[in-house]
Amino acid sequence: MSAAENQVAARRGSARAVTVLSAIGRFLVIAITTYLGLLAVTFFIGRVIPIDPVLAVLGDRAPANVVERTRREMGLDLPLIEQFYIYVKNALNGDFGTSVLTTNPVMTDIRRAFPATIELATLGTLIGSVIGVPLGVLAAVRRGSLIDQIVRIIGLIGYSVPIFWLGLLGLVLFYAKLQWVAFPARLDVVYEYTFTPITGFYLLDAAMQGQWDVFYDAFRHIILPASLLGYFSLAYISRMTRSFMLNELSQEYIVAARAKGLSERRIIWAHALRNAAVPMVTVIALSYAGLLEGSVLTETVFSWPGIGLYITNSLQNADMNAVLGGTIVIGSVFIAINLFSDLLYRVLDPRTKAG
Amino acid sequence: MSAEAIQTRRDWLLSDRPASRMQARLGRAYVAWRRFSANPLAFVGLLIIIGLLVVAAFADVLAPYSPTIGDLKGSRLLAPSAAHWFGTDDLGRDIYSRIIYGSRWTLYVVILVAIIAAPIGLLVGTVAGYAGGWTDAILMRITDIFLAFPKLILALAFVAALGPGIENAVLAIAITSWPPYARIARAETLTVRNSDYIKAVQLMGASPFRIVLRHIMPLCISSLIIRVTLDMAGIILTAAGLGFLGLGAQPPLPEWGAMIASGRRFVLDQWWVAGAPGFAILIVSLGFNLLGDGLRDALDPRSGDQ
Amino acid sequence: MSALLEVDDLRVNFPTRTGLVQAVRGVSFSLGRERLGIVGESGSGKSQTGRAIMGLTPPQAEVTAKKLAFDGIDLLAAPARQRRALRGKRIAMILQDPKYSLDPVMSIGRQIVETLRTHEKVGKAEARDRALAMLEAVQIRDPARVFDLHPHEVSGGMGQRAMIAMMLIAGPEMMIADEPTSALDVTVQLDVLGILDKLVSERGMGLIFISHDLRLVSSFCDRVIVMYAGKVVEQLKASELRDAQHPYTRGLLNCMPRIGFERHPLPVLDRKPEWAA
Repeated sequence: MSAAENQVAARRGSARAVTVLSAIGRFLVIAITTYLGLLAVTFFIGRVIPIDPVLAVLGDRAPANVVERTRREMGLDLPLIEQFYIYVKNALNGDFGTSVLTTNPVMTDIRRAFPATIELATLGTLIGSVIGVPLGVLAAVRRGSLIDQIVRIIGLIGYSVPIFWLGLLGLVLFYAKLQWVAFPARLDVVYEYTFTPITGFYLLDAAMQGQWDVFYDAFRHIILPASLLGYFSLAYISRMTRSFMLNELSQEYIVAARAKGLSERRIIWAHALRNAAVPMVTVIALSYAGLLEGSVLTETVFSWPGIGLYITNSLQNADMNAVLGGTIVIGSVFIAINLFSDLLYRVLDPRTKAG
Repeated sequence: MSAEAIQTRRDWLLSDRPASRMQARLGRAYVAWRRFSANPLAFVGLLIIIGLLVVAAFADVLAPYSPTIGDLKGSRLLAPSAAHWFGTDDLGRDIYSRIIYGSRWTLYVVILVAIIAAPIGLLVGTVAGYAGGWTDAILMRITDIFLAFPKLILALAFVAALGPGIENAVLAIAITSWPPYARIARAETLTVRNSDYIKAVQLMGASPFRIVLRHIMPLCISSLIIRVTLDMAGIILTAAGLGFLGLGAQPPLPEWGAMIASGRRFVLDQWWVAGAPGFAILIVSLGFNLLGDGLRDALDPRSGDQ
Repeated sequence: MSALLEVDDLRVNFPTRTGLVQAVRGVSFSLGRERLGIVGESGSGKSQTGRAIMGLTPPQAEVTAKKLAFDGIDLLAAPARQRRALRGKRIAMILQDPKYSLDPVMSIGRQIVETLRTHEKVGKAEARDRALAMLEAVQIRDPARVFDLHPHEVSGGMGQRAMIAMMLIAGPEMMIADEPTSALDVTVQLDVLGILDKLVSERGMGLIFISHDLRLVSSFCDRVIVMYAGKVVEQLKASELRDAQHPYTRGLLNCMPRIGFERHPLPVLDRKPEWAA
């Protein structure tokens, strides 16, 4: 290697350090402003939109002196900006107030419900990626064929169908008619009292404790909602995989790989998909975030005791602390996944390391 | 009309030396139309949407029964039959008639959301793109923040605070769906901002307000329309979801999502009560998706079919 | 001299919505263990000729020929499996720009080893040693370091050397080089050409050198084919290029700048429809 080339490599090294630093700086700015934005919007929803939050809590028949005291207790006599400061401070400490419905601190309720939501969304994403990626690859490789059309239609329906409706139909068919799956809940009532979860992920807990009957029961409960979420993520993932694969397969390095005499299988899976995998990570992460968001609907249909159900139950009872707490938590996870998928993209792609 | 006349008309439309602005515009529309109608799925989408419009317009004529008043005594939860094509619900109302009237609410929602969200996005995007600098940075940061939010959950929280109802649902969806339009409008603005004809208008003394309004915004419209059409299905699904959770349209409005919610209680035995409105949502969303895909391929050949 | 490759009346057609596009329209030549240059403008069909020989035309393309034979093997009749076994092992190809023709997410070493292990049963350690030796043969000073680098981490010149190493490691008898230096800096072009030249003559390979650069081709090859609109318009020895008869070839020659000659206006390449007929 020539001296000039060595110099270039050295310069690239230092440039890399600078880009990494500025990338981290950018990342922090984006993360902080986005979270502040989320808190500002929920603050706006909770404190500004209701004409009088005190009346929302007490009802309009409360005596005037009680109203006045409550107003002070809620800090509503302070200037708005100060209220927001307190709000942000509390939210950062995980203090979202108390739920009127359960009388627990909202954070306690959420901590209990969170694993259920994560378990469901994770299994759904797993199903969606394991089926969706190969389908998308196949559709791209056999572009215009029957399988391509089928993948396209699966995707189109996935983008067009109301998830809660499909869930109801699934219950009618697989629970009521075929009796393949268990009724909407997380476990049969029998196990509710004999089974002590450790992590809150029932499948995992049951397997760790060797309680295979519980595992089977939990599986029979989760499989329908998870498959349903899986279908939605599959629709998205297969469509994006197809598009990324078509892009990769038209690149020159694929021609070169063919010129080397590689088999089509190796070209597709070891070269094209390996390259497409970089943007795919973002897609899978986004689909995961989407499933978390969609949990409000799925969990309602399947009586799945996660955050989604917690939010909708609280909605029905005008329990705004709980609704906003749930919104902030899901919103935070959603934003975090968004941000980290972006970061992961940079880590996975060797090209971006050079800046 | 003779074949020759058709031939010359096509030549006139496809002429590469249009004599008037009108001819150029018609010619472009004709090319787009040919590309669009060569795509059978897009055509199906268009037919579905036209069907939706017709049904909504002639709901009074098409619906055999009242959508809100049912026969509580004789016809509760009847299975589909010749008299009631899609059966009846728990209040003895004809589901077929309710679905027909429901098309009006679906249209109401998508049109209103589009009318509110698209101009907000257009304004934010063009102003950010044209002004540049700090204005751009701040407006786009706000846009990105909104873009990073979970839309459905946020809409939910909005409606929870505003109070349930279809108007509030529309407002909540609109508030959460403008950011992509702003990004598109900004991108389009950036491509034309430094072009010579904008410079020319500036030299003629046009105010920035006038330039953005008269010369930049019109250029953003076509890509905006594509994006709005593609978003329609999502808007319908979100509105239906809010309806399903009891936050959107309130009874006795025949809104499809709310109809699914009320049919949920008897879904295991009388599946058609929830089944039919969901199917209507599926068809209409599919129509918008197919139409949107077709429009994108016809008006924006760069994107190809990827 | 027995012909390594025989091409007779090769045609490549692309059916499109607006009709048939004929990219290559009856090209014939034969190649021994020599260096043959194919020259033409972009769109003249020179690249598609090379890809048709490799069997790498896009799936919708129709390739026909009276004869297309490599070492007596009828390429058009050969099953896909056999053709694949030929690629990389006996016929190799170098593409234009290493920035795009090397897999961006795989290390250079692994890409070289991959060629070798596709065609020969060799262990990992031996494959690595041979890849390192090959990198040395293309005059990369620090093969062990370059072995682990990714394509974006090396310069264009080094990338193209890696490409040559990747394509030569299985010991092919024939090489198609499709504009192998056009994407490189002028200073590096000669180095890469020198390496290619040395390896081709050392190993006694046949080379088809595809380029738009008539001067480069004439200085580097034994024979030259000039293509225009999918057809061969002239075939001649590189040394006799000055005596080219065809007006198109003469036109190409006239376009070359010469030091010491002030040329105003610059000559424009003449293109007559009857040449394409």
